[in-house]
Amino acid sequence: MSFDLVEIRDLKVAFDGTQVLHGINLSVDRGEALGLVGESGCGKSVTWLAALGLLPGKAAISGSVRIEGNELCSAPRQALERVRGGRIAMIFQDPSSSLNPVIRIGRQITEALTLHRGIGGETARAEALRLLDMVGIPDARRRFDLFPHEFSGGQCQRLMIAMALAGQPDLLIADEPTTALDATIQAQILDLLNQLRAETGMATVFISHDLGAVSQVCERVCVMYAGRIVEQGSITQLFSRPRHPYTRGLFDAIPRLDGPRTRLVPIPGTVPNPKQLTAGCAFSPRCAHSVASCDFQRPELDVMEDGRRLACFNPVLADEPTPALQTVMEDA
Amino acid sequence: MVTPLIEAKGLTRVYEMRRGLFGKAIPVRAVDDLSIKVLPGETLGVVGESGSGKSTLGRMLLGIDPAQAGAVTFEGHPMPAFGTAEWRALRARMQLVYQDPLAALDRRLTIATQIREPLDIHNLLTKSQRDGRVQALMAAVGLRPDQADRYPHELSGGQRQRAVIARALASHPSLIVCDEPVSALDVSIQAQVVNMLRDLQDEFQIGMVFISHDLKVVRNVADRVAVMYLGRIVEEALSDVIFASPRHPYTQALVSSVPVPGQPLKGRMILQGEPPNPADRPSGCAFHPRCPLATDICRTSVPALRTIGVGRSAACHLVEGATAPIAA
Repeated sequence: MSFDLVEIRDLKVAFDGTQVLHGINLSVDRGEALGLVGESGCGKSVTWLAALGLLPGKAAISGSVRIEGNELCSAPRQALERVRGGRIAMIFQDPSSSLNPVIRIGRQITEALTLHRGIGGETARAEALRLLDMVGIPDARRRFDLFPHEFSGGQCQRLMIAMALAGQPDLLIADEPTTALDATIQAQILDLLNQLRAETGMATVFISHDLGAVSQVCERVCVMYAGRIVEQGSITQLFSRPRHPYTRGLFDAIPRLDGPRTRLVPIPGTVPNPKQLTAGCAFSPRCAHSVASCDFQRPELDVMEDGRRLACFNPVLADEPTPALQTVMEDA
Repeated sequence: MVTPLIEAKGLTRVYEMRRGLFGKAIPVRAVDDLSIKVLPGETLGVVGESGSGKSTLGRMLLGIDPAQAGAVTFEGHPMPAFGTAEWRALRARMQLVYQDPLAALDRRLTIATQIREPLDIHNLLTKSQRDGRVQALMAAVGLRPDQADRYPHELSGGQRQRAVIARALASHPSLIVCDEPVSALDVSIQAQVVNMLRDLQDEFQIGMVFISHDLKVVRNVADRVAVMYLGRIVEEALSDVIFASPRHPYTQALVSSVPVPGQPLKGRMILQGEPPNPADRPSGCAFHPRCPLATDICRTSVPALRTIGVGRSAACHLVEGATAPIAA
């Protein structure tokens, strides 16, 4: 029997008794690029931090996370450490705070190589230089012994990616990797992530609040709201016909760069406090589509005819045009 | 002709940067011989990457950062020197909104107290009228009356930014400089705040300088847009025009780099390299090391900002239709 690369089942996380993740089911296939989208606090980062055992001790985690059939969730520390960095690598939003400021970057990368692949000395140096070339650090040989502060933000993110690649991971989790970067640099990093996936065949999970960036890297997307997945499907399904009112709302809220200048369409209200969630759908207080049952009953994440998963009692109609998307589709 | 609300001519700001404790001071030209104007009730968008000098420009327009060269005039009068009584009085007419509302608010004071502060400082209205004005301002930015006695940490990010904007509006300013006002907010909340800013501006006819790296937001808010690169304006035009048909290669790359949902990365113009260090400015056109079209003249001579159409200007040797340089 073959397993998905990573399979998350009914993952729940609570901090000090407040539940923030309400049973996430998610699988990542080999070589696949999956996007996780949602606003701050929706649990998109917590999902993966919990999966890798990176949350602080006070977090209560339940459920199952398997990598090729091997359980990670209650695994001992040594087993986890073989997976972290080796099988699954993670990069974060702020690269400069993930790098050690007082250690030369060459040493930081060779350290990862020694740890995960057991190579050292000149072999490790040569491999580190190859990685630096691969992620597009110009003049890597001369800059091997520089400190992180001598690199720009975009280059620090490239260094982080090089370090993540050191363990030859099967899965790279990129948590908002371009949010802190300038527009032109962001385009470069997205391009690099695509290129690396094509070259190495590793799967990518791209966590972002930016639907535009997600659509350029991923094949499949999960939209999260208040600790649950509310819609899941291929990029084309979700972007051409979003069915969940929240997904649709996210699209409509994005200002457009072309077409007539119109008033933006915000989603009214704010994200609910995780301490005060009701029994119903968490989005119903902000939802224009909500019906009476939404307030006291929670919709399950069900499979639709077109293969997508959706948790909504009264979804946006499939043929309801998305004004904000029509021109994009014509361009594409 | 309408007197510009605020006009800057030949603004230059040079910072000194030291490498190490005893290193030699290196001059960094954050803003370099820059001229702009904003008409009453108009919104000027300023876009550029980090280090392009857009925030420094915003501070210089308000007189917070002194200019080494050039001058700012507010409603036709020269800007008084920083810290003088005249400058302080003028600050009631021009306000600043920062990116991070939590840093801009005092954590120990309630929202209502903070919105009231400009009225107390500038001694506007009678004491009894001030409470009414605070209530009206809170309603205008969409805060509930019961939130008046809340502290900043009790509000969400979007609500805090609304409070900061209410405070900025308290003294009836005719100019607001917004420095990345919605960058820290989620998309759905960002749209709420952008709509609110546009409504308030229509209602009170406020001139606005909107500084942001987010082109999509700027297009939606600004009437006119100036694109900055390394302390200079490289292109300026009406908002609709500049994003529909950018002429400067840098603006073209910026517009092309904006990820549009549902559009693939392929076929987009991806710039090579990083924005250069302002302390080590390239010769000629500062953009030439990253420019796909650069020729010999770009490496040697600095292109002046020239008119390239009605209300449009660009600083590029290669843009056609350029006429005489704009007099500074």
